[in-house]
Amino acid sequence: MGNKSLSLFGNIRSLENKISEFLDQLSESNIMFRAGVTAFLEGGGASSDAFKKKLELVSAMESRADVLRREIEAEMFEEALIPDFRADILSLLENLDEITNHLEGTLINFSIENPEFLKDLHADILKLLENVANCVEALVVSTRAFFRDVGSVRDNSHKVMLYEKEADKVVLPLKSRVFTSDLGLDRKAQLRNFIDSIDRIADMAEDVVDMLAIVTIRRAA
Amino acid sequence: MEIGVLIYLTSGLFLGWSLGANDAANVFGTAVGTRMIKFTTAALICTIFVILGAVISGAGAAHTLSKLGDVNALGGAFVAAFSAAAVVAWLTVLGLPVSTTQAIVGAIIGWNFFTGMATDFTVFKTIIGTWFISPVLTAFFSYFMYKGVMWFLNRQRLHIVRLDAMTRLALLIAGVLGSYSLGANNIANVMGVFIGANPFKDFSFGGLFVFTGLQQLFFVGGIAISVGIYTYGKKVMMTVGDSIAPLTPVGAFVVVIATSLVLFLFASEDLEFFLASLGLPTIPLVPVSSSQAVVGGVIGIAWIKNRRNIKWGVTGRIVVAWIQTPIVSALFSFVMLFIMQNLFGQSVFEKVEFQVSKPVLERHAKKLDVKSLESLVGKTYTTSGSLKAEVDRLLPVAEYKAVLTFVQEARMERLTVDPARFPELGKSGLLSQPQIDSVKALAGKTFDYRWQLVDALTTGSESWRMKEATVLNKPYNKEVKQRLDIVMDLYTAKMK
Repeated sequence: MGNKSLSLFGNIRSLENKISEFLDQLSESNIMFRAGVTAFLEGGGASSDAFKKKLELVSAMESRADVLRREIEAEMFEEALIPDFRADILSLLENLDEITNHLEGTLINFSIENPEFLKDLHADILKLLENVANCVEALVVSTRAFFRDVGSVRDNSHKVMLYEKEADKVVLPLKSRVFTSDLGLDRKAQLRNFIDSIDRIADMAEDVVDMLAIVTIRRAA
Repeated sequence: MEIGVLIYLTSGLFLGWSLGANDAANVFGTAVGTRMIKFTTAALICTIFVILGAVISGAGAAHTLSKLGDVNALGGAFVAAFSAAAVVAWLTVLGLPVSTTQAIVGAIIGWNFFTGMATDFTVFKTIIGTWFISPVLTAFFSYFMYKGVMWFLNRQRLHIVRLDAMTRLALLIAGVLGSYSLGANNIANVMGVFIGANPFKDFSFGGLFVFTGLQQLFFVGGIAISVGIYTYGKKVMMTVGDSIAPLTPVGAFVVVIATSLVLFLFASEDLEFFLASLGLPTIPLVPVSSSQAVVGGVIGIAWIKNRRNIKWGVTGRIVVAWIQTPIVSALFSFVMLFIMQNLFGQSVFEKVEFQVSKPVLERHAKKLDVKSLESLVGKTYTTSGSLKAEVDRLLPVAEYKAVLTFVQEARMERLTVDPARFPELGKSGLLSQPQIDSVKALAGKTFDYRWQLVDALTTGSESWRMKEATVLNKPYNKEVKQRLDIVMDLYTAKMK
C-alpha cells in the first residue's frame, strides 16, 4: 500500500511535468516560429541558416509535443484519471497540438515555396507575427492557469481575443495591398495564402480559448 | 449441524445479500457514480473491510443487539428476515437506496400484528423523524462543507492531476473506514437472530488464535453482504452518485464525509460521553440513517453547483421508497407468516404467557394507577396485545410507554438458575468475579419474571447495580446491561 501510494504520487508528478512540458513546446515553438519567419523576411529566404535552424527547432518541438500528448492521453485513459474533465482536457491538448502542427506546417511551406514578399509588406507581416505570437502566448498562460489556478484563466483568456482582433486588423489591409500591387495573380494568391496561414494561428488560438472558457466555467462552478 | 437451522440461516444470508447490494452505495456510491473509483475496485475494498468489520468488531459487543430480538421462534425469525430482505432486494432492483434497519423494524411489526403482540408505535415516530432529519442535516452539512472545501482548494492552487489523485485517495480511505463500520454495525441485524441457534463451533488455529463460532457465523454473514455488493451493488451506487444530480469528485468526497459527520455528531454515544466528560454541553442524539443521509448530502452539493440539475423525479421515487420500506415489509411479513404457519405448518412463534400478579402491580405502582388493574390479577393472557387491550380499557389515559413496559414485565418466563450452566458464565470473559459469584448465589432458585432475576442480582451484588441515568453513566450502564443479557441468554429458553 505504502509503495503504491508513493508510486501514485510519483506518477502524478510525472504527469504534471508532461503537461507542463507539452505547453512549453507550444510556447517555445511559437517563439521560434516568429523568429523563423522574421529570419526568412530579413535574412534572405528559405536558404538562410537562421531560418533553417528555426525550422529544425520547431519540427523537433512538434515531434516532442506529439509524443507528450500521446503519453498524457495514454496515462489518463489507462489510469482513468480526472473522470469529470478527462474528455475536455484531452480535446484541449489535441487542439493545442494542432496549433503546434500548424506552426511547423507553415514554416515548411515557407521552406518549400520560398515566397517573395515585397519589402514594403515586411513591416505589416512582422506586426501580424507579433499579434499572433502574443495571442498564442496568452493562450498558453490561460491553459496553465486552467490546470492549476482556475480563478485566473480569465485574466489571460481575454487577451487571446484582443490579439486575435489586432491580427485581423492587420490582415485585411495587408491582403488588400497584396492584391493592389503589380504582382501576377499567381504570386498574389500565394502571398495571400501565407498571410492567411499566419493569421489562422490566431484564429485557432481563439477557438481553443473559447473551449477553455466553457470548461473553466464547469470547473469553477 | 441441524439441517433446519441451516435452512433458516438462508434468510439471514438473503438479508445480508440485500444489505450489501443496497447499503454499499452509502459508502462508495458517490465515488463510483463520479467514476473516481471503478466499481470492481470499490466492491473488492468493500468486501474485504465489511468482512473484517463484521468478524472483528461485530462479534465483540453485538452479542444481543439483534433487531429481531422480539421474535421468539426460528420460523418467525426466518420469515421476518426474509420479508425485510425481499423488500430491500426489490427496491435494490429498482436502484433505490433504502434503510435496511427500517425494513427489519417493519417486518417485526408484521410479526407483532400476526402474533397479537403489542407494538410500540413510537417506533414509527422515530422512523418518520429519520426520513426528515437524516437528509436535511446532511444536506446542510454537505452544503457548507463543500463551500469551505472549495474555498480552501482554490487557495491551494493544486494541479488538477494532483487534486484528482488526492480526492481519489481520500475517497478510498473514507470507503475503507465506511466499509468496516458497515460490517461492524450491520452484521448483528443480519445474523444476530441466529446467535442462539449458531451451528458453528469454535475453531483453533494450532493454538495460536481461536476463530469463535460467533465469528464464523458473522464471517458467513459478511460473505453474504459481499456477494450482495459484487452482484448487485452497482445499480444503487449509480443512483446515489449519478442519477440524483451530477457530482464532482470533490463533491463525492464531501458527501461521504458529511454523512459520516452527521452520524458521528448526532448518533454517537461515544462523542456524547466525551463532551460530557469535558463538562461541555452535549449534542442531542437523534435517529439518523446513512442511506437517507447520503441522499441529502448529494442534494446539498447539487444545490450549490446548479440546483436545476437535481432530478426531483428520482428524488421523489427514493422518498416514496423510504415510506414503502417499513410498510410493505410489515405487510409482506404478515402474509408470509400466515403462509408459513398455515401452508407449511411451521411454528412462527413460541407460546408465551402474560400474568399480572401482585409483585408486577407493586413494581409499577409509581407510574400507573395499579388499583384499577387489580381485577387482572390471576388472569393469563397468551399475547401482549390482549393484555395491553385490557390495560388500555381499564386505564384509558395512562402513559403509553408505562403501559408497554407494564405489559412486557408481566411476561412469565419461570427462569431457574441452573448450576449446571455456571461454567458457561466465565466463557465470555466479560463477567467479573463478583458478578459470577452473585449469579452462583442464586443457584436452584426460580423466578417467575425476568425482572425478578435482575432484581435478585442487583440486590445480591453492587457489581450488577446500574448508576443514575446520566450521560456520563451511560457507558457503564450499557456495559452492565450487556452483561445482564449474557446471564439472561443463558437461562432463558433458546429459540426453536
